[in-house]
Amino acid sequence: MNTVEVKGLVKTFDGHVRARRGRSDQVRALDGVDLAAEPGEYLVLLGPSGCGKTTLLRTIAGLEQPTEGEVLIGGNVVNGLPPRVRQIAMVFQSYALYPHKTVRDNIVFPLRAEGMAREEREKKATWAAELLEIEPLLRRKPRQLSGGERQRVALARALVRDPAVFLLDEPLSNLDAKMRATARDELKRFQERVGTTTIYVTHDQAEAMGLGDRIAVLEHGRVRQVGTPQEVYDDPSDTFVATFIGSPPMNLVKRDGVLVGFRPEHLLPVENVVTEPRLTMPFQVERMEYLSGDRHVYGTITGIGAQTRVIARLPATVATPLEAGETHAFAVPSERLRFFDAESGNRTAPVPIADAAIGDAPPGDAP
Amino acid sequence: MTHARSGPKPAVATAEGRRVKAGLADRDGFLAWVMLLPSVVYIVALVGIPFLLAIAFAFSDVTTGDPSFDFVGFRNFDEIFADGVFWRALRNTLVFTLVSMVLIVLFGKILANILVADFRGKWFVRFLVLLPWTTPVALSTISWLWFLDSIYSPVDWVLRHLGLIDANIVWLGQPGTAMGSVIAVQTWRLTPLAAVIVMAGLVAIPRDIDEAARIDGAGFWRRMFEVTVPLTLPVIAVAGLFGAIMTFTDMTVPYVLTRGGPTHSTDVLASWAYFRGIEGGDVGQGAAIALFLFPLLLAGAIAILRTVRRWEAQ
Repeated sequence: MNTVEVKGLVKTFDGHVRARRGRSDQVRALDGVDLAAEPGEYLVLLGPSGCGKTTLLRTIAGLEQPTEGEVLIGGNVVNGLPPRVRQIAMVFQSYALYPHKTVRDNIVFPLRAEGMAREEREKKATWAAELLEIEPLLRRKPRQLSGGERQRVALARALVRDPAVFLLDEPLSNLDAKMRATARDELKRFQERVGTTTIYVTHDQAEAMGLGDRIAVLEHGRVRQVGTPQEVYDDPSDTFVATFIGSPPMNLVKRDGVLVGFRPEHLLPVENVVTEPRLTMPFQVERMEYLSGDRHVYGTITGIGAQTRVIARLPATVATPLEAGETHAFAVPSERLRFFDAESGNRTAPVPIADAAIGDAPPGDAP
Repeated sequence: MTHARSGPKPAVATAEGRRVKAGLADRDGFLAWVMLLPSVVYIVALVGIPFLLAIAFAFSDVTTGDPSFDFVGFRNFDEIFADGVFWRALRNTLVFTLVSMVLIVLFGKILANILVADFRGKWFVRFLVLLPWTTPVALSTISWLWFLDSIYSPVDWVLRHLGLIDANIVWLGQPGTAMGSVIAVQTWRLTPLAAVIVMAGLVAIPRDIDEAARIDGAGFWRRMFEVTVPLTLPVIAVAGLFGAIMTFTDMTVPYVLTRGGPTHSTDVLASWAYFRGIEGGDVGQGAAIALFLFPLLLAGAIAILRTVRRWEAQ
């Protein structure tokens, strides 16, 4: 039995300006979403802003009612039920701590709403505070806390309810870059210790790859792909996922109705690609960036399809000297090539491609 | 030498450059005075001078018949203290102000919730809510006079037909109901103002916090009393302060509805000062009575503002 499941979820919002004039201008924030989170799973909803990921989370929480479809928690349909009976806990992007209450009162608030006895809820609050190492802060008010401390208080408040599922809405986006890395690690360890199913919304692929057991990539209210971080990275189901995940994104080269895709780190100077078979192509270097030990090489490739600007990511171990303006033979292991339909963007069967010999299409002559 | 020569030269150049560009409107000090001047003149002419005049009159024997100014010391105060009506008016003022303030804040909070709620036809409800505030007082009080009329009152008519009362109630003719009526009309007048003030506080609460409380399992009342009200307490206090000051110094409603009657049971300090000083002609005593509004108002304003600051500091 899945902890959380949504079936055929559709959510439409009225467009703001025209709705008044009686013309329907609806925005489909969710456009038929089917998704399930297994017990104990860390499921990340990833997508660009406006893709519907927060709407999906809020619909699961009960803060929004779906236009169509069902939300199931613990196997029961919870459509129409208010948030408080759904056995969920949510951490908001802003943490939404009650500013007038102390940390302790913030944490016990959901327990008091449940009507738990005083002693028991004090015990629970202390337990949660110990787990998240915020005991010294219990008497403070939220505005006396740093961003990371607020986040832990929000987690403690979510934790004490013993929810069936945690819903986290971009909880790291209000932290500075350094805190974010630490907090990400803490979040993961915390969830592993507690073992509660977690649904996590983010637009940051590094968070998604680092935290998720599985990642659901959303775009325009549709789920594009669900899979482990490795699956969505290595085997993207369409060009959206291929270019949204990965930094720099996957290179796509057009060739006779298909797009040939390969990751920047697999495009290396030919002498560094030892695996056979491999696809060789001439690469005209335009510009280089030196980023945390890697070389990002920007340039144009010809020969395997249309002339295309691509990026190659050379790890520090590749010492091949490269100069802007020179043309060098680069290669990609054939097993690393991915093929997409040029029309729909979906994955298609591999197409055999012959090596493009250097000198076949000199860069100056290319169309 | 070179230092001394090169020092002032660029300074002169920039000063000249600034004189070319900056007009009067760019000078904050000048603008501040221009903008403040009208209100300073207004406050001095219409608040400051009358206040000083009132203090002067309170220690004089000026009457409408004999405007010559003679200093008489505390005689006016001795006389008003000896008069039971003054103490009655003082007590009435406090009752009138306190009860009205509580009701204004209470109804203001409820109406504010209605103003921020999202439902079909909300523009019409908003219009109705704000109507009492926009109607001229003299006009609306006259319709209230009809409502509370001893013979033709539609309120009585409805109550009679519902079988709740046997005979018409003389709303404005009995001390208890007269005070109740005055308070009701004052509350009706000032509630929209309080509602708008509280509404400003309500919309300032982040939506996340209310949603977090929903998720945390809090029902309507718990969210209201543990989240919304504590977070809007400063603005509620401001609404209460406005209500209190506007009630404390006001005599319109008692004056139009009851003229302070029956037998001074709805006389407030302001109306009693007016009856004594203007209609009765004893300007000195009227001024002495009116002066009693000042310390109480000052104390009230300071008390409420201090509480607000303490809440904000927390």
